[in-house]
Amino acid sequence: MHFDAFDRYHEKESFVHRLDPRVKVVVTIVFIISNALLPDGAWLAFVLAWLFLLMANLLSRLGVAYTFKRSLVALPFALIAITVLFSIPGKPVGSFSIAMWNFVITDAGLLRFVSILIRSWLSVQIALLLVAVTRFPDLIHAFEHLRVPAILTTIVAFLYRYLFVLTDEVFRLLRARESRSAGTAGKRPGGGVLWRARVAGNMAGQLFLRSYERSDRIYNAMLSRGYTGHLYTLNPHEMKSRDYYVTAFAIAIIFIVQMIGRL
Amino acid sequence: MHYSPVPMHIPDGFLSLVVSVICWITSASIIGLAISKTNKALGERQIPLMGIMAAFIFAAQMINFPVAGGTSGHLLGGALAAIVLGPWAGMLVMTAVIAVQGLLFQDGGLLVMGANILNMGLLTAAVGYGLYRSASIRSNKIKLGVAGIAAWLSVMTGALLTSLELWLSGTSQLQVVIPAMLGVHALIGLGEAMITVSALAFILRTRPDLLGEESESAKGGGGWIWVGGLIALAVVLFSPLASTDPDGLNRVAADLGFLGNAQSGAGPLAGYTLPFLAFTSLGKIGAGIIGIIVVGAVILLVGRGMKAKA
Amino acid sequence: MPISHATPSFVAPECEGDVLQVRDLHFSYPDGHAALHGVSLKLCNGDKVALVGPNGAGKSTLMLHLNGILGGHGEVEIGGQRITRDNLPSIRAMVGLVFQNPDDQLFSPTVFEDVAFGPLHMGLPEADVRARVTSALEAVRMSAYKDRLSHHLSVGEKKRIAIATVLSMNPSILVLDEPSAGLDPRARRTLINLLRELPITMLVSTHDMALVKELFPRTIVMDEGRVVADGLTMEILEDAELLTAHGLEKP
Repeated sequence: MHFDAFDRYHEKESFVHRLDPRVKVVVTIVFIISNALLPDGAWLAFVLAWLFLLMANLLSRLGVAYTFKRSLVALPFALIAITVLFSIPGKPVGSFSIAMWNFVITDAGLLRFVSILIRSWLSVQIALLLVAVTRFPDLIHAFEHLRVPAILTTIVAFLYRYLFVLTDEVFRLLRARESRSAGTAGKRPGGGVLWRARVAGNMAGQLFLRSYERSDRIYNAMLSRGYTGHLYTLNPHEMKSRDYYVTAFAIAIIFIVQMIGRL
Repeated sequence: MHYSPVPMHIPDGFLSLVVSVICWITSASIIGLAISKTNKALGERQIPLMGIMAAFIFAAQMINFPVAGGTSGHLLGGALAAIVLGPWAGMLVMTAVIAVQGLLFQDGGLLVMGANILNMGLLTAAVGYGLYRSASIRSNKIKLGVAGIAAWLSVMTGALLTSLELWLSGTSQLQVVIPAMLGVHALIGLGEAMITVSALAFILRTRPDLLGEESESAKGGGGWIWVGGLIALAVVLFSPLASTDPDGLNRVAADLGFLGNAQSGAGPLAGYTLPFLAFTSLGKIGAGIIGIIVVGAVILLVGRGMKAKA
Repeated sequence: MPISHATPSFVAPECEGDVLQVRDLHFSYPDGHAALHGVSLKLCNGDKVALVGPNGAGKSTLMLHLNGILGGHGEVEIGGQRITRDNLPSIRAMVGLVFQNPDDQLFSPTVFEDVAFGPLHMGLPEADVRARVTSALEAVRMSAYKDRLSHHLSVGEKKRIAIATVLSMNPSILVLDEPSAGLDPRARRTLINLLRELPITMLVSTHDMALVKELFPRTIVMDEGRVVADGLTMEILEDAELLTAHGLEKP
């Protein structure tokens, strides 16, 4: 497997790429909170928030529709909200029947359903943009600066580093399983569900042991380089005046959008 | 190869701000406790171990097996992580896994990450470990059987809490979301249980020392049996109640002050506003305060910008 | 298997301020498996020595003793200092131990963070750390890779960065475990050139006999936890009996 499969960062020379990662994290979070606070049916505010996103896309030189094209990841979850279509009292706007049930969609229900989807869709896009314009190690530094406990950022840093190594091992295990289960084409692989689950469990167990032993070797490598239980990191980022101005400007814009949404 | 998401991750937008914030506060408190406990109890070896174990859980979630009709079973890992590492370390590992899934893969939102961590990381670890711990000194067969039940119940606990959060946010109706989520996850939980049990069986065969009795008491105290048992009991008792008498729960939520659209059954915290942000005089004061804070923050940032190097 | 005790045909020259001295080192793992039975060896300043022997001979176990990760019975002296609990930090800065698998050695997300790990944990101030990272990367000819992500590197690049992670600690001896394993011919050649140019004492465990012949004037042969030969590489490679007895092959 090629490492690119998990990389979300898009190398580009842009104004947004050069911003301090803290700025990007803070603006992303403020934007998502603002979305959650916008009332149902605040259409103008939704459109303005989307324009904000499009601008950010443009400034990142990823192309205006970069996040739009990848923004459907949260869509399957919409199923869980579908009941609001019928459950909120209001004027009926349409109805359909499945078997003996008759579903009536109300205007209030529709309004709520669409609003939930838009909020989710906007929030997913800014999160997509965040990792496209910030290298993940820089994101970890940003969280360190923002006072996330070191033990968590350290685990996340290890996870990120070894995500690639261990998923590679998983694919080797999966390939080995495939090459041994020589099923006839078009036929289901042999064995019952229980047996297949056991094979999968054995793979997980094997992966666990390999990982456990690897952690021993990594620990030795850390000891060899002076680790004594306390982790030190260098602080490679410094907020420049531009970073402060951009944060202030972005928060002001999001605030105005929020005000417009509540008019 | 693409990254395949696990179905319980809530995206941003589906939980109200109040529910999200409550979940973040709860999760952050438990994580804080877990950090202080792991710092005290575990040696310097634990940091690389937890880091690699987080990568292990992430990678192990990709191991799937065909069940039937195009669906496949796979691992969530909360119970497994807690059983092999101990509950506190397991919680930190799961927190890191869910954080990376949300941050890097948008599998689960950021504002709702507190909820996702609570549902899939903290509770699964507590329930999974607590139940397993009750049998950890028995024979391997009993141990594994109990681990299976623990893994299944850990998934059901997460699913139930997810349903409740969605209902409290006004995103789903209680009488629909609980049977739907619990029904789906009863199956997902079976996959979880089967993989957890056979992974543990494999470890018991090859490295029994990692799951031995001495290592057990070092991982977590007997109090976990109570914690896990009580949560599991609550799930077992609460689920049928919630799906047979949703009106009762709606009433309780209304009585507790989560009013809004409660009487309509849509959800007590619907409207996506803080309760005090309604159009009352109190709400106006609240909105005013938030406005002042935002304006203050903007001014402060500009001031800092002028001081910083260009 | 009978152990053949070849008489060392080579006596290490007396040298001033020897960087490494091991005397009668014994070690058994907690599971009872005995890995080292009285190992003795000595390295002088500027020595480049190969450590060869079959798998399970105790080479890696020996290496883990050289910076005090394992502690068996016997003496290990680095720069004239016996390893004790108190001088571990300074010993670990003096012995640059590079493990076989670069994915274990490079545990940080970026190259910079990995090369800076050693100097940072030695407690150096930030400016010194940065200077050390720069010069270590220059030494392995990887200056352009400072900001790269570790998982984006090829195996050969990872091996070179792995060496930089210990060079940044300014060690007085470099101890490498299987540096050429898993490399394609070109990456192996680059690595050989790098090792030849590095002006530092080194002890290199390897199965790559061509590498031994090309790079190391002196070779130590280990088998079953003992040093069975220690001498000029030229002579050892000509001793067919010795080589066969310990599962080695002439390149």
